[in-house]
Amino acid sequence: MSPLLELEAVDASYGPFRALFGVSFSLESGSALALLGANGAGKTTLARVCTGLVAPTAGSVRFDGVDFSDRRAFEFARAGIVHAVEGRSVFATLTVEENLALALASGRKRSELAVAIDEAYALFPRLGERRRQIAGTLSGGEQRMLSLARVLVDRPRLLVADELSLGLAPIIVDEVYQTLARIREAGTTLLIVEQHVSHALAIADTAVILERGSVGYIGPARDARAHVGV
Amino acid sequence: MLEDFIRSVFQGVPVGAVYALIALGFTLTYKTAGVFNLAFGAQAFVAAAVHWELHVHNGWNVAVSAAIAVLVVSPALGVALDFVLFRHLRAASSGARLVTTIGLLVAIPNITKLVLRFTRHPSTGGARGLFSGPDVVYRPFGDAYPITRDELVQLGVVVVAGLALGAMFRFTHLGLRMRAVVESPRLAELGGVNSARVGSFAWALSSAFAGLAGVLIAPTYQNVDAANFFELVIAGIAAAAFGSLVSLPRAFAGALGLGVASTYLATVLPTNSVLARGLKPSLPFVVLFVWVVIAPGLRGQRDVADPLSGVAPPPPASAADERSRSLTIATRGFWSVVGVIVAWAVFFAINDFWLKRIQVLLAVGVIFLSITVMTGIAGQISLCQAAFAAIGAFATTQLAVEQGMSVLVGMLLGGLVSALVGGLLAMPLVRIGGVWLALATLGFALFFHSVIAQLAVVNGGVSKPRTPRPLIGSIDFAADRAFIVLELVVFAIAATIVVLVRGGTTGRFLAALRGSEVAAASIGIGQWRSRVTAFALSAGLAGLGGGLLASAQQSVNYDVSFSPQVGLFFVVVVVTLGSRSIEGALQAAFGFVLFQPLILERALPWVINHIQPFLHVNAISGLFRDILFGLGALTFAKHPEGILEFQKRRSLNRIQRSIDRRKQQPTEAGSTP
Amino acid sequence: MSLLTAAGVSKSFAGIRALDDVGIEVAVGELVGLIGPNGAGKTTFFNCLLGMLRPDEGTVSFDGHDLSRIPTHRRAKLGIGRTFQRIELFGGMSVREHLLVAERAHRGEGRLWKDIVGRGRVTAAERERADAVLDRLGLLADAERPIESLSLGRGRLVEIGRALMTDPRLLLLDEPSSGLDHQETEELSAVLRAVNLDEGVAILLVEHDVAMVRALVSRVFVLDFGTLIASGPTETVFADAGVRRAYLGAES
Repeated sequence: MSPLLELEAVDASYGPFRALFGVSFSLESGSALALLGANGAGKTTLARVCTGLVAPTAGSVRFDGVDFSDRRAFEFARAGIVHAVEGRSVFATLTVEENLALALASGRKRSELAVAIDEAYALFPRLGERRRQIAGTLSGGEQRMLSLARVLVDRPRLLVADELSLGLAPIIVDEVYQTLARIREAGTTLLIVEQHVSHALAIADTAVILERGSVGYIGPARDARAHVGV
Repeated sequence: MLEDFIRSVFQGVPVGAVYALIALGFTLTYKTAGVFNLAFGAQAFVAAAVHWELHVHNGWNVAVSAAIAVLVVSPALGVALDFVLFRHLRAASSGARLVTTIGLLVAIPNITKLVLRFTRHPSTGGARGLFSGPDVVYRPFGDAYPITRDELVQLGVVVVAGLALGAMFRFTHLGLRMRAVVESPRLAELGGVNSARVGSFAWALSSAFAGLAGVLIAPTYQNVDAANFFELVIAGIAAAAFGSLVSLPRAFAGALGLGVASTYLATVLPTNSVLARGLKPSLPFVVLFVWVVIAPGLRGQRDVADPLSGVAPPPPASAADERSRSLTIATRGFWSVVGVIVAWAVFFAINDFWLKRIQVLLAVGVIFLSITVMTGIAGQISLCQAAFAAIGAFATTQLAVEQGMSVLVGMLLGGLVSALVGGLLAMPLVRIGGVWLALATLGFALFFHSVIAQLAVVNGGVSKPRTPRPLIGSIDFAADRAFIVLELVVFAIAATIVVLVRGGTTGRFLAALRGSEVAAASIGIGQWRSRVTAFALSAGLAGLGGGLLASAQQSVNYDVSFSPQVGLFFVVVVVTLGSRSIEGALQAAFGFVLFQPLILERALPWVINHIQPFLHVNAISGLFRDILFGLGALTFAKHPEGILEFQKRRSLNRIQRSIDRRKQQPTEAGSTP
Repeated sequence: MSLLTAAGVSKSFAGIRALDDVGIEVAVGELVGLIGPNGAGKTTFFNCLLGMLRPDEGTVSFDGHDLSRIPTHRRAKLGIGRTFQRIELFGGMSVREHLLVAERAHRGEGRLWKDIVGRGRVTAAERERADAVLDRLGLLADAERPIESLSLGRGRLVEIGRALMTDPRLLLLDEPSSGLDHQETEELSAVLRAVNLDEGVAILLVEHDVAMVRALVSRVFVLDFGTLIASGPTETVFADAGVRRAYLGAES
């Protein structure tokens, strides 16, 4: 059986700068991978390549054995890849309910959508209390919950989570990681990009450490700590 | 009284229905495409022109012709605009997108005229109305309240279109998706939405709305003309502003209210007074201005940033000029030679025709420096610079003719009056900022145009007084060449002021505010004072230039030189050719005044006729000037310093690099063993 | 002596009480932290201190001045400097120009006629002062660079330098380590410590990086659900059971 996600010799650029140099790794279905590295090492660019936001300039991205290198982001999304982006990841001008409706609409009928949204509220009652609130006025932690609610309801094949702990209090970070563990138990494969090394390594099986756009370490998560050097 | 009011309702609702159609379409464009689309009227004009061509000129059936104009041509235009232009401008500031639509507003009607060989045509072969033949009048409520068939059709279409739009937003996810794409196309893609397709659809839909407005409205005018649509669109925007550009029902209600109010006003005000004649057409502009100033919802309405805008890298910072001394001396030398040649030509070679043009050019150059201050330094888009110039021109003339004042003193006072008006105007506006500021200035320009400029105290009445030339002591500037010297002195002084302000405290504070208002506040820079100062200075320069222009032409050619449309074109020309520098303002003045007679009518045909024997070209149409500059303004988002400026900088930097390389080579060769 | 005093500050949005009777004090030259979970009201409180929001009740005073009627940009003149969580720099300016414009804003008066007669340009003395600050922050080599070409970590230092040009007596820092990696955070902490020690600038640090807060500040205030749940010396507060429950979670 082919791995769920497979990158082979991927190069990518950020404007005139080359951000990734021949990155290869693969991710088995049901596993969790931590992607680590210093600022500017290319973590976010790599996460974006994995969800179609950035097209690789060379190399290939395969999802479930199918070549996705030339596909656009919405095709990645429809294939079952969810990207929880760094920073604000909800539509600030839409309400909580509209955000959920938008995220959960694909492949559902009107009645099924209502059920799915209710399911999200059952998982995060706090969102239910604020369904008519404009999402931009939610706190950082609530916004994170909103984007994860969709993942829990939809059970995508792959979740790419970019810097989920950014700007969150330690206790909220704990909550987010508990949620990630639930998501994984539900059968979703995880790719976690993190500055918070300890949290990411605790949940991951494999770690990839990027150094200036190339893979500096790839191997078991428990051995990665020595390589992080912090 | 009550009867007057009821009659106003009957007469005003059809007017309001026309506004409503535009208000709905405008709100739709803003909601679903995120663009404050001043070119809406130009899109409407295209559909009207196509409809005219097919229906009136070629005799096609009304329904078929209208369907082609509204359902085929308009959506295609919308999709094309999205594909070529707006899709790539999502990361641009709302101000930059506004300038883009102003460029389209100038370019599209002229392209249409060129393609369809279309000039002002009588609407429906002589008779006005939607259908051929005379209009039918119904009197269901008695003779006092007649309704025409055209009005009923317009009203019916507006109601149906409005309900259909409302239903689309309420009952489908399409509306939701369009709003999501406006906020962040990439985030929407991550949710499985095909952003490109949704964006194109939004443009097709709103463009169809513009087309519908065009086809319905054009026949009610004598001619099919883009200018008619422009003022209608501003009225529509005033109505749309009532709904804060988001609420369709409120925009609809605002439009009807506006229609009734302006009709009612015309009935109660004394007939034939300037107020009655001026206020009825200008009521929407006054309402727009006042509403922008007082509406709490619009104030502080800021763009929501796209959280994923960082996926596309920021444009490279505009190349800093690091020129060596030798290159600086070389460029200065080059310009000195050019200056000497031009001076020689002006004083010894050229005839009256060109002398007149050069006088206009220098005066316009001073007016354009006001845009350098406003847009290049303060980073604001003002659309009433022509009105400020007109204030200066009128004041100079009135002070000189009525008060017998020296013309030069009159010009300075005219500049001061204009600066005062500019400063007062800016006081309530600068806090609002962005597109709303631009819109309020446009409201002011149109109000000035239809009320103030018509007053006899301002324009001197029917006698059309001549603006005299200055006379200082024994030096008489009546001679053209002497006047050019005077203009050069005035321009040099104005340019020096602009340079000093740009590098001084005011200019740097404004640059900081342009970068980040909150950060500027954190170091103690308040926006109010700096921006009001910039506005007043800019208005003052425009007023001075206006006075100079009037004196150069020896009269105030209001319609040709100072009308609101001309003012829009000012902005387009300056931002295209360079709003950041003195050179930019001069280039823009050259483009505005000399491009047509020199390049299009003489130089280009001469070149074309001399390089090949087959095709003989006479003068090239002036439409091309408007089209070129209109299209030029489309590059503003990418090159805010102006394309000419950008190209110049780039080529100079290239020369510099090649000089550096040549210098390095010998040392490198020497160091390698 | 107390420099910044906020007393009884309350603020509601649409019926929801975001801040309830919050009071803090920062003494001259002190390094103080403000922590709390997301949604606890830190940002709201911060904005009340800066005048971006007006509190419903309570007072904020600085060095004996009541701040409630003083607009944001005037507070800088009193000696309050700040940095931003999402970095706010002046696009199109070089690093040095950032400091020079702050210097002018602090000392100059900015009359238009002065510009027109040519007295608005940068003076040698201003340049010297700016370069001295750039040197202290280790930014002198980058002085001519356009701000867009700087990394986030350096950009944050420019923000601090810009604030320092206004001779602040208090710096309000809104999550300065956000988005920085480990090494950049260390550099930042060193700079802040030096600024505090050498010039006696008081610092109020709103931060999530527990390690950074612990290493820098001597006193901490903890906000939760809009109320102050703890305050006191750093180590005492971090050992507090309520704080651990509300904020730190399992990590400590």
